[in-house]
Amino acid sequence: MLKSKTFVKKTRSGGVMKIVREHYLRDDIWCGSEACTECKQESTVLQKDACIESNLCSYPHYLIPDTNVVLHQVKRKKKAVGLYLLPLNIYPHNFCSSRETFIEREPGESANDRNDRAIRVAAKWYSQHLKMFESDTDGLKVVLLTNDQGNKQKAEESDLLVYKCEEYIKSLIANPELVDRLALSSDDKNEITSSKVLFPEHLPLSRIQAGIKSGSFLQGTFRASRDNYLEATVFVQGEGEDSTEVLIQGLQNLNRAVHQDVVAVQLLPRNQWVAPSSVVLQDEGTAKDDDVEEEEEEKAVTEAARKPTGKVVGIIKRNWRPFCGMLNVSQIKESTRHLFTPADRRIPRIRIETRQASTLAGQRIMVAIDGWPKHSRYPNGHFVRSLGGAGEKNTEEEVLLLEHDVPHQAFSQAVLSFLPKMPWAITPEDMVRREDLRHLTVCSVDPPGCTDIDDALHCRELENGNLEVGVHIADVSHFIRPGNALDKEAANRGTTVYLCGKRIDMVPELLSSNLCSLRSNVERLAFSCIWEMNHEAEILKTRFTKSVINSKASLTYAEAQMRIDDTTKNDDTTKSLRGLNKLAKILKRRRIEKGALTLSSLEVRFHMDSETHDPIDLQTKELMETNSMVEEFMLLANISVAQKIYDEFSECALLRKHPAPPPSNYDILLKAAKSKDVVIHTDSAKALADSLDVAKVDGFPYFNTLLRILATRCMMQAVYFCSGMDSDFHHYGLASPIYTHFTSPIRRYADIIVHRLLAVAIGADSTYPDLMDKHKQSALCNNLNYRHKMAQYAQRASVAFHTQLFFKSRGILNEEGFVLFVRKNAIIVLIPKFGLEGTVFFDGKDKTAPNLVYDEEGPTLTIEQHTFHIFDKVKVTISLDDSNIQHQKIRMALIDPVISGVSVPAPDVGPQAKKPKLDQ
Amino acid sequence: MAGLELLSDQGYRLDGRKATELRKVQARMGVFAQADGSAYLEQGNTKALAVVYGPHEMRGSRSRTLHDRAVINCQYSMATFSTAERKRRPHGDRKSTEMSLHLKQTFEAAVMTQLYPRSQIDIYVKILQSDGGNYSVCVNAATLAVIDAGIPMRDYVCACTVGFVDETPLADLCYAEESGGVSSLALALLPRGGQIALLQMDARLHQDHLETLIEAAMTACKGVSKVLDEVVRQHLQEVSVLTGE
Repeated sequence: MLKSKTFVKKTRSGGVMKIVREHYLRDDIWCGSEACTECKQESTVLQKDACIESNLCSYPHYLIPDTNVVLHQVKRKKKAVGLYLLPLNIYPHNFCSSRETFIEREPGESANDRNDRAIRVAAKWYSQHLKMFESDTDGLKVVLLTNDQGNKQKAEESDLLVYKCEEYIKSLIANPELVDRLALSSDDKNEITSSKVLFPEHLPLSRIQAGIKSGSFLQGTFRASRDNYLEATVFVQGEGEDSTEVLIQGLQNLNRAVHQDVVAVQLLPRNQWVAPSSVVLQDEGTAKDDDVEEEEEEKAVTEAARKPTGKVVGIIKRNWRPFCGMLNVSQIKESTRHLFTPADRRIPRIRIETRQASTLAGQRIMVAIDGWPKHSRYPNGHFVRSLGGAGEKNTEEEVLLLEHDVPHQAFSQAVLSFLPKMPWAITPEDMVRREDLRHLTVCSVDPPGCTDIDDALHCRELENGNLEVGVHIADVSHFIRPGNALDKEAANRGTTVYLCGKRIDMVPELLSSNLCSLRSNVERLAFSCIWEMNHEAEILKTRFTKSVINSKASLTYAEAQMRIDDTTKNDDTTKSLRGLNKLAKILKRRRIEKGALTLSSLEVRFHMDSETHDPIDLQTKELMETNSMVEEFMLLANISVAQKIYDEFSECALLRKHPAPPPSNYDILLKAAKSKDVVIHTDSAKALADSLDVAKVDGFPYFNTLLRILATRCMMQAVYFCSGMDSDFHHYGLASPIYTHFTSPIRRYADIIVHRLLAVAIGADSTYPDLMDKHKQSALCNNLNYRHKMAQYAQRASVAFHTQLFFKSRGILNEEGFVLFVRKNAIIVLIPKFGLEGTVFFDGKDKTAPNLVYDEEGPTLTIEQHTFHIFDKVKVTISLDDSNIQHQKIRMALIDPVISGVSVPAPDVGPQAKKPKLDQ
Repeated sequence: MAGLELLSDQGYRLDGRKATELRKVQARMGVFAQADGSAYLEQGNTKALAVVYGPHEMRGSRSRTLHDRAVINCQYSMATFSTAERKRRPHGDRKSTEMSLHLKQTFEAAVMTQLYPRSQIDIYVKILQSDGGNYSVCVNAATLAVIDAGIPMRDYVCACTVGFVDETPLADLCYAEESGGVSSLALALLPRGGQIALLQMDARLHQDHLETLIEAAMTACKGVSKVLDEVVRQHLQEVSVLTGE
């Protein structure tokens, strides 16, 4: 049956247009019920005995939720809330296209009313339809859920079973906890509603858009300040490079924006601009709930320090996700309303309603925000789930992953179904486009305990006297085919995340630790990059091929180093390693001559207790010659591949760039060096590398490392990008004009894409549409960059957490360290032994601030009589501060130099250090 | 794509059709007595009128005469009231000229022009209401008109547009779909032999998808040809009853 829809639409230019559209009504939309014998459906979703025990409906029933109900409960991109947690199968019935349930909008009826009526008609149809099969369904009925009073009334009039959503959920016998998870609906918050309006109204979207167009408002991402809950910045993306930041201060001006929201801001007049305050303010007011004191007037700030200041006038897009945190149980007994404090300090507290407060106290829980009315001091939310007891290792790890948005669920069945069937063997079809390199003496060199080996090397002398060097990378793209569930999952995860003692894989373990891992003495598929070089490490010929290899040995860095050094050994593998090592040294020298930077950051390794998985010792990672040997060839492979795919696909090659930092980034480094009378040149990477090399201070061997650590902090983030979308390809840190990632496809998705591109370039594989689409490619790069950043943060957070565990078991320690930065009221100290960085505060809440004089030029900090410079050697005592269970931290206090009133006497730590495991 | 969801999760399109379903096709032949052949065809909300004169002697400049076959002269136009906003120039603009050319190419491939050397066949098509797929509706209407005129053709020429959304080809696009940023393709087919009379696409599409898209277009064209065949048979029956044969 054909129906025509006619409606009038206003065009962009202001004209009015009449639009006519066809609407085909179908009679092949089936009811989806198991009980039905009339409909010719292929698969039934709704079971015959749909039984949820409920006080209200004691018979089996189907639910038809009002669209508003569903939208209210399932918004925020998240599927599992309220209703959906019921053991229900959902069958989306297309009412609007079905002939039986289609209704026409009557004159004078609003769109909303029409929808409500449509739902009622649908419910009616369903119940009549099911009545036909009453005999074998023992009274299966249809229940309509709605939150709209009018709708409910009308439904009752037409003899339908109808309940309010909350009413229904409350009646469920089996799942009493579901009530907490319901999003608060707007009409039952009356008690919280104080008459006082705390926030100005948000502007409607149309006015915001008009304002942005005319330039009176700016659109940007809201970033709350970590240290001061009354302050935030809005990052306004300008065209090209010129992006600005707008400062926002005060609760009224923040106007209910939450971290990461996209907001519209209005700039305040210039005379109201302020400087960012350097005070640390945490929202601790539970008592002073409603009377928020105004920010005290800033003392005379210099004109230069003032920043553009504005206020939030409207929210363009909320970016709420479920937040992890802990419950502050309300002091009033029997109260069901509680405040929830998120782990992320940039998120405001959330008011939730729950009856399980006593069980949830002391647990880490997840809460979702439902809304933030203008008369409420805090946003309203609802409880989602509990993660476990606070402070427990598993819980904290879960929190860490959730807070950094690391996808860490087990792989779904759909994903696993694309894995190759075991036992797996190389078939003749696999060999068609592959070169057989099984005879070569290939070996892999990795850190100890590594199970995902994605690279292997070989080196041999050719008959013409030249050397043949091969880098063999696991051929992951052979197993992960474009577009399937496995590929999509990997693309979403983006990278494998390494936490202390735990690995969150990007691809299922069968691939990462077995089929793709280039283990020794098994045949594995590889993607090889083979060069012919002369003895001066000059590349004469480069070729790429898919291959089959059989690694002869998987070594650790230390083992490889031993083989090279051991002159008695003379087998093929060792010879090959020596050849590689020799070439690597030349390559490295040449790279450094070109201006590649050698930077430094301290990385620590934890020695884990094999049973409890608690850290028992901590050690900074050592670098050996073989580390740099492997690295050198990986770099060379990456550069060769980057050049090849860019030559072949100038529009859609996936590359990696590292922009040069702006000169102002180096200020801190220059000042620090100057304090030791060392001059650092930062005009180019080469100049920087050279001056870092010569920077030495007599009697201070660690100075150079410290300087390099500082230099690392000045750098920009390296990012993936699509060559068609950018023109600057330079990699600053490696001093290479072009670079990409090719060598770790097991743990990075970018490498898989590069593999595919290269495979197409050499004719070993076919292309697919998304690979050649630069916009899709670019969107993928954004996701990869985001995942990499988050993975890094998660890694750091994990190290920090394990450091805390370590110090918890160790008690108090005294250590030597160096001053890394000097701040207004604190110094930041680096302890080389643990690679640990901590802040020593000189003013605190409980003690009177000593006489502090901060000199920005130095920068130096003078306390009483003692002046701290960067690189000063100090002695500190380290302990764990667990006064705040949600944010445990390492506390450092000064022991040496002794300053009265500031430093603390050295506690005796001797006996504790010797029995580290006793006081766990 | 911002805004419109062209294909829902359950596989329904904006107007309730499934991906492979055509719009409703209705047609009549012999709508005018003056012309040698004529037809009126509706495909959903797109409506077209086609009129055929000829074969007749060359008119206008004789120099265009072909000595081995007939010249096909096509003219495409749109009624001023055919679109939501009133059209200023019903024919002769660039789009119409291009469309005329495409029609000419299509029918040169289908009509047995070698039977009428040194003569001319005129095909005039007018879109009365436009709702997507103008080219294909014109071809379908003109086919019926040519048959009505009794000019021999190799086969019906049937045309259909196909768009590509979410890895699925959508047959017979309506205007809302066409303007929704879909890469679409128009195909005119001689269904019995499976020869392609014309294929036109000006959107970007990956090579791998082209085959599936053409496949879908051919199926759709065959669907159209069935309907046209029925229309012709129906018409013949009516005419033969009238003439008493």
